[in-house]
Amino acid sequence: MTARIVVVGAGMVAHRFADSLVSRAEQDISLTILGEESRRPYDRVGLTRFFDGAGAEDLELDPAVLEDPRIRLVTGDPVAQIDRAARTVRTASGAELGYDHLVLATGSSAARPPVRGAEHPGCFVYRTLDDVEQLKAHVERRASQLGRPVRGVVIGGGLLGLEAAGALQGLDAEPTVIQSSDRLMSAQLDLPAGAVLRRLIEQRGIAVRTRTRTTSVLAGEDGEVHGVVFDDDTVLETDLVVFTVGVRPRDELARAAGLVCAPRGGVEIDPSCRTSDPDISAIGEVASFEGMCVGLVAPGYAMAEVAADRILGGGATFAGYDLSTKLKLSGVDVASFGDAFATTPGALDVVYTDPVSGVHKKLVLSDDAKTLLGGMLVGDASAYGALRPLVGGALGGDPAAYLMPAGGVEAPTAELPDEAVVCSCASVTAGTIRGAVHEEGCTDVAGIKACTKAGATCGSCVFAIKGLVGAELAKMGRSVSTALCEHFEMSRAQLFDAVRVSGLTTFSSVIERFGRGRGCDVCKPVLASILAVLVRGHVLDGENATLQDTNDHVMANMQKDGTYSVVPRMAGGEVTPEGLIVIGEIARDYGLYTKLTGGQRIDMFGARLEQLPEIWRRLVDAGFESGQAYGKSLRTVKSCVGSTWCRYGVLDSVGMAVNLELRYRGLRAPHKLKLGVSGCARECAEARGKDAGIIATAQGWNLYVGGNGGATPRHAELLVEGVDDETLIRTIDRFFMYYIRTADKLQRTAPWLEALEGGIDGLREVILEDSLGICADLDALMAQHVDSYQDEWAATLADPAKLARFQSFVNAPSTPDPDLAYVPERGQVRPASIDERRSGDVLIAGTTLEVRR
Amino acid sequence: MTAQTLDPATAPEASWLRVCRVADLEVERGRAALLGSTQVALFLLPDGSVHAVDNHDPYSGANVISRGIVGTRGEAPTVASPMYKQVFDLRTGACLDTQGKDPAALRVWPVLLQDGDVHLLCGDAR
Repeated sequence: MTARIVVVGAGMVAHRFADSLVSRAEQDISLTILGEESRRPYDRVGLTRFFDGAGAEDLELDPAVLEDPRIRLVTGDPVAQIDRAARTVRTASGAELGYDHLVLATGSSAARPPVRGAEHPGCFVYRTLDDVEQLKAHVERRASQLGRPVRGVVIGGGLLGLEAAGALQGLDAEPTVIQSSDRLMSAQLDLPAGAVLRRLIEQRGIAVRTRTRTTSVLAGEDGEVHGVVFDDDTVLETDLVVFTVGVRPRDELARAAGLVCAPRGGVEIDPSCRTSDPDISAIGEVASFEGMCVGLVAPGYAMAEVAADRILGGGATFAGYDLSTKLKLSGVDVASFGDAFATTPGALDVVYTDPVSGVHKKLVLSDDAKTLLGGMLVGDASAYGALRPLVGGALGGDPAAYLMPAGGVEAPTAELPDEAVVCSCASVTAGTIRGAVHEEGCTDVAGIKACTKAGATCGSCVFAIKGLVGAELAKMGRSVSTALCEHFEMSRAQLFDAVRVSGLTTFSSVIERFGRGRGCDVCKPVLASILAVLVRGHVLDGENATLQDTNDHVMANMQKDGTYSVVPRMAGGEVTPEGLIVIGEIARDYGLYTKLTGGQRIDMFGARLEQLPEIWRRLVDAGFESGQAYGKSLRTVKSCVGSTWCRYGVLDSVGMAVNLELRYRGLRAPHKLKLGVSGCARECAEARGKDAGIIATAQGWNLYVGGNGGATPRHAELLVEGVDDETLIRTIDRFFMYYIRTADKLQRTAPWLEALEGGIDGLREVILEDSLGICADLDALMAQHVDSYQDEWAATLADPAKLARFQSFVNAPSTPDPDLAYVPERGQVRPASIDERRSGDVLIAGTTLEVRR
Repeated sequence: MTAQTLDPATAPEASWLRVCRVADLEVERGRAALLGSTQVALFLLPDGSVHAVDNHDPYSGANVISRGIVGTRGEAPTVASPMYKQVFDLRTGACLDTQGKDPAALRVWPVLLQDGDVHLLCGDAR
């Protein structure tokens, strides 16, 4: 028979309960969730995000959970009465539902203190989406009426109050936080920590008054709030008031139904989350466990899991509240965990305070200073993820190491006990994560997330999970494999040396000797790159052609519709007026979309495979060559205009850039290479964001290496300074060749340098002091590259066998792909979207109406 | 070499269509062919076999499969889409590595090699 379960309340804890119950239930169940608000369950903890532009729908909790056919969600119809004898509930609309088990998840309501005038319009609480929507509307309305920024008073300096103050600030209002006790966040922080937090909050433009009680709210003749009166009879003018003085459990239904409630409010529950009626459970903020209700979501989630387990016949118990919190308030990190106030007899504390940078950290230790009991962190809570799971366990090192500023001494890592909770959002222990590695075969954070849900909610424990997984894999004798792919056990660096030493020159001979199978899209391009450096020769020579990545194979960059973009080299970003005219004519004749690249050259988009040789012919005839924009190779050398024209230029940066680009053009590497040359310290070429950045000084060139833009920006590090042209070039030669020889597949110079033994100093020893005795080899290899350079486009045009590859169809060599379709945009064309194709509004069938064949 | 016999009972409308010479193909590098408005990607493998699959990449919507890298995965001969790197089994068209996307497959054409010519089995039913 189907078990009928009814949940009263549709908040975060109810949502978690539903998720847990239906994902684990093997028996027939039907679950009805009755919500008071007219919304689907949403992230109340993230309410402040609403002011950062998140809409109500962005805050909605995973809707997939509620799509389960066993679940019925009713919103906007609160339960009015529980009839325990008949085991039914009646809603406000009069609907009556029978239940086999009832779960109370009614949460709390925001409390309004007994302050005169608290009912005036312009007084708010901060609890629901409706509350924040009304608050926002009020601020916007008053600001336009008053013609100045709105002033707001937030009464209550706990975490909710600080969130509300931050939200007001986000609305361009001027907030003041009023706190009756001696410090902010008095439930989580002691006086010194609270004082640091106050300074940080005030620095961010939020006024704070402590030891202040509010006695009444004043309204003006227009009925609008215009001030508050304090217990010392002073008055503060304000245009609105937000009360954040705590929450009150919504236990009125339970009381009316005769369930045992705690004297301070809340429905009493036992460790199985059952109330005094065994057919009724209570979870979340409405539940009172050991005389206490707690307004944090993590313990509510833990109760939801326990209640679901019990309904399914399990024996889970609620172990008590974990009051740990970590949050960001107006950009300030605050965390508090374990016995933060050192109430354990004999507890010691270790405190680190840096008033200048606004950091305060305290650890609470057992009387022998070995066991971590708790702590509070203000201004920098980065150690929270590492410390919180250690509560109750050995600290495993000097406690001070955990308190020092990030980036200094590496904190010691203690072995976490199996029972330590690593992810408090999903209540996942270290033991569970270890089990997932051993039994479920998880090998990374993504696997652990999918398997245990750890790390999937707030993400603060991800690094802890990563460490645990790595340690477990190491214990199992498994390391993170460096094998290229299923065809080669070797890493790229090992394969490079194997090819170099063996003298093999073809893919077939290399895979026969060092690998197995016929390769794949991972190892083939790697070998193409290695062979290009060691053996050289054209990318389309013989078997080489089958190894090349798509773009290298046709010496152009594939775009989303399968056509290509064409980029001729413009060394150093220099181009003549004649050159510009030729490019303009080609783009016009072939209907190509043109755009400037970030590397100071011109990209022409929309060329079809069979058009590429014709376009190259015209470019080569005009003196252009391939820009290798498609290769894992030198891309561009960006430069500022330098001393030839610029009145501040110290050295000829364009001349050096052209020189370098012509030297390294065509050089194949594990990943793309970019350079920059600036003619003075103003650094207009942004050279320090490049793999090699050169900056002119009065003493000569400074060379920086290992920089990166893109997704993981990194400034290049200084390798040598004040050197002449010759030394500069020799140093770059060796840096590039050493990188090409030893880097992993698709590893750019920035991560390569970070992983290199000894870092920048280690690099200096190898390529300047020749500590490995390989500099002569590196120099010789680069000299061979420079001598053997040929333009790939011109070489292709000169070889009919290579040209034969540039046919659209083997049985229709010059027929364009009939599916290409374009629409005009800002005077050029772009590929049509799927919708545009369906609607037939495609104006141009190809980029050109055959101009040339 | 990979001749598959035509069963007239199951494919009454189908017929073998000559597409190109085997010599027009290059080992482990695909070529596109046009059959009416349908695009086919042809692959010649080191063992001399020829495989024909959709040139249309179901993941990107572009006609690019013939330009992918040919290789192996275990025993299966494969092609990797040059656009988003999904890997397909050339024998069955099945996607062996969806890169986290929903499964999708390439259509496969039976191939007949005769006197150095490549023939594909084509018909209305397909």
